[in-house]
Amino acid sequence: MLAYQSIEAWWWPYVFIAVAGWLATDMWRWLGVLAGNRLKEDSASMVWVRSVATALVAAVIAKLILYPSGDLAQAPLLLRIGSAAAGFAAFIFLGKRTWVGILAAIACLVGGQIVLG
Amino acid sequence: MPAIILMVAFVGFSSFIVDAGIPLGEAVFMTGMVWALPAKVLLVGAITAGMSLPAAFLTVALSSIRLMPMVAALIPELRGARTPTWHLLLLSHFIAITAWVFAMERIRDVPREQRVAFFAGFGITLTLANIVLVATIYSTVDALPALAAGALLFMTPVYFLTSVWSSSRDRSSKLAFVIGLGFGPLFHQIAPEFDILYAGLVGGSAAFLVDRVMAIREAA
Repeated sequence: MLAYQSIEAWWWPYVFIAVAGWLATDMWRWLGVLAGNRLKEDSASMVWVRSVATALVAAVIAKLILYPSGDLAQAPLLLRIGSAAAGFAAFIFLGKRTWVGILAAIACLVGGQIVLG
Repeated sequence: MPAIILMVAFVGFSSFIVDAGIPLGEAVFMTGMVWALPAKVLLVGAITAGMSLPAAFLTVALSSIRLMPMVAALIPELRGARTPTWHLLLLSHFIAITAWVFAMERIRDVPREQRVAFFAGFGITLTLANIVLVATIYSTVDALPALAAGALLFMTPVYFLTSVWSSSRDRSSKLAFVIGLGFGPLFHQIAPEFDILYAGLVGGSAAFLVDRVMAIREAA
């Protein structure tokens, strides 16, 4: 079958990326625009769509912490969860500033790895 | 701030794409055309695995269904009274997780007539900055110490945690946020192919129902 490696021509990889990458993602964005255009702000269906989108993003966040890629995977699982929780707690209790949360989480993660060796 | 965090994530993507043997021109093209980072990682995986075009299309398409509810949730807040639909169709290309989180958090503070321009400015700048980033570091990307690289990668989920929480104004979204955090890993065990989608649909719907029941109880 037609794979990325199948055709030698210079333009083939670009066609491959356009179809399997661009079209495969933007078609959902276009459907999202058409669906979103029919939603009234603050209607019940809008609340539902926003909840689904929020739960989707939350699931992505949990996966980034639990199943990370690259060098983050070297930090122990409990340390990653604990550091994320500490960062979120610092964000909530120290004035809702994003950078405070990020600094606290990174400090826990790096400090924990140094202590644990 | 979100722009810096995303650019850090793209440094990681650049080293991934160099390792996969994708030439510079295609790496830049992919960054601009696909834009959503998880979709690009899957696309590169499909390319290196020698997948056929229909199979690669299906893999990327199935993983990107989540973009539809994300875009649908943002559009009613983004559009003005007379915003033409084709403007929104063009702008929707720049919606991926970072731009979405940022827009959901900030867009309410922008007057309605200026929201499309506000998002266009942020979204297009973010995409262009990362295209330039991939192009410039492609040949120089080199191994950071593991401890520092891990810390940089950790910034993305923590940033999302805090800003998605701030952008969740109604109770249903806050419930969905908490349930989604639990359901992501749960569905990863049950159905790893579609975990995000299931966690979103089931978790979001559960949050919506719980919120409705609570609202009825409060009214009674």
